[in-house]
Amino acid sequence: MRRLKIVTVLMLFILASGASVNGQCKAFAKKTCLPELGSYTHDGNYHATTLTVGEEAELYKTFYSDMEYRLAVCGDEGLPPVEFTVIDANKNILFSSRQANYPKYWDFRLESSQQLRIVLKVSTSGSQGEIPPSGCVAIMFGFKIK
Amino acid sequence: MNKLLKIGNGVPALLFLFLLVFTGCRSGVRGENKEADSLAVTRSDAAVYEDIKQAEKIFYTLPSPLESAMLIKSAGAVFDEDLLNPVDNTRNYNTNKSMALNLGIYTCDLSFASLYDQTQLIINYMNAAKKMADGLGILDAISDEDVEKLEANIHDREVIMDIVSQTYMNSNSYLEENGQPAIAAIVLTGGWIEGLYISTQLVDMKDFDNNKLVGRIIDQKLSIDILLRLLEGSKGHPAIDEIMAQIRKVKTVFDKIQVTTTPVRPEYDQAANVTVLKSEIKAELSPDVFTELARTVTEIRSNLIK
Repeated sequence: MRRLKIVTVLMLFILASGASVNGQCKAFAKKTCLPELGSYTHDGNYHATTLTVGEEAELYKTFYSDMEYRLAVCGDEGLPPVEFTVIDANKNILFSSRQANYPKYWDFRLESSQQLRIVLKVSTSGSQGEIPPSGCVAIMFGFKIK
Repeated sequence: MNKLLKIGNGVPALLFLFLLVFTGCRSGVRGENKEADSLAVTRSDAAVYEDIKQAEKIFYTLPSPLESAMLIKSAGAVFDEDLLNPVDNTRNYNTNKSMALNLGIYTCDLSFASLYDQTQLIINYMNAAKKMADGLGILDAISDEDVEKLEANIHDREVIMDIVSQTYMNSNSYLEENGQPAIAAIVLTGGWIEGLYISTQLVDMKDFDNNKLVGRIIDQKLSIDILLRLLEGSKGHPAIDEIMAQIRKVKTVFDKIQVTTTPVRPEYDQAANVTVLKSEIKAELSPDVFTELARTVTEIRSNLIK
């Protein structure tokens, strides 16, 4: 009976932890990443998840000519910098945040519409603990007419 | 000894708990992403190039209703209320599939009305979208406070766009985080189809050549594969399978459009403080293929709003 109670409590704790992590990422995206879009209009799409050091997230999106975009990438305070790389359909790297000293956003416009791929990675730099840190990472897009 | 045994049993239990919580969170991310719209997680310690090559899971995102409406407006199209899905139709939508599709459709109509300052329509379509979100059980996606704020700022387009953007984000984040990726994908599909429907209907065939809106429609060829792959993530879900069959019909027509682009060259514009991705695009769309596309999209959209 006591074991049953313990198992029940553990299960509730686990479920609550999962819900809490998800809720935190949504709140994190709104509170931390949305302001990074500045004067750009947020497109309304939501992309946030929990990543651990060394893990990647990848996103495909079509971007249109005559629009100016801001791509904002944010990671939890406890995480090392989050790298993002923008790649075209021919696998050419168009922008690497690592080479630009890890800015939180990148502003760009296109002469012709393109499908681009964005690869996010929680960098391994500065992470030496036995348990790799884990936290929310969000990517958001803002736009305005050129 | 008894105490030691208890402690000995407690340590593995704590370890087990820790592992469950830790791996539970991680698998939650993976599981969520496996079906979600936009983010994939892979582990790799190799260099960026290798990471890209080794990426195992890829997820996709579509232009949001707000972005679609902005594309239509920026192409110089005029507003036509008759193209929108009448708000009275909300009473016809009782299934999750129809409510999800029309949440996307009404959000696109709302965005379209917002960009053209159609004050009464903005309120009507916000309420229609709210009915769909409420029907899907999306808690507080569009709250009464949002509607009140919209009404109080009905002449401020910037505020309205912010509200539309935030309520849309509330919907798709709720669905993704509550294990309903199929419904989330259906919402996105509804919004995308509505944007394409409105665009195709607004093209003046007398002014077909060099029509900017036609160019915007051609651009959607880039998104149709993204949409299909997004839907494939929930393949087996009856509603998704039905929708995929419809979207494949659109793809068949899009495949008739020839598009070629030159390699992309990034150049930094110091004055504007932005990077310009330079490239040229060449597309061939005949009026006949366009008419076929418009007809196909109209047929599909008619079924979606029934």
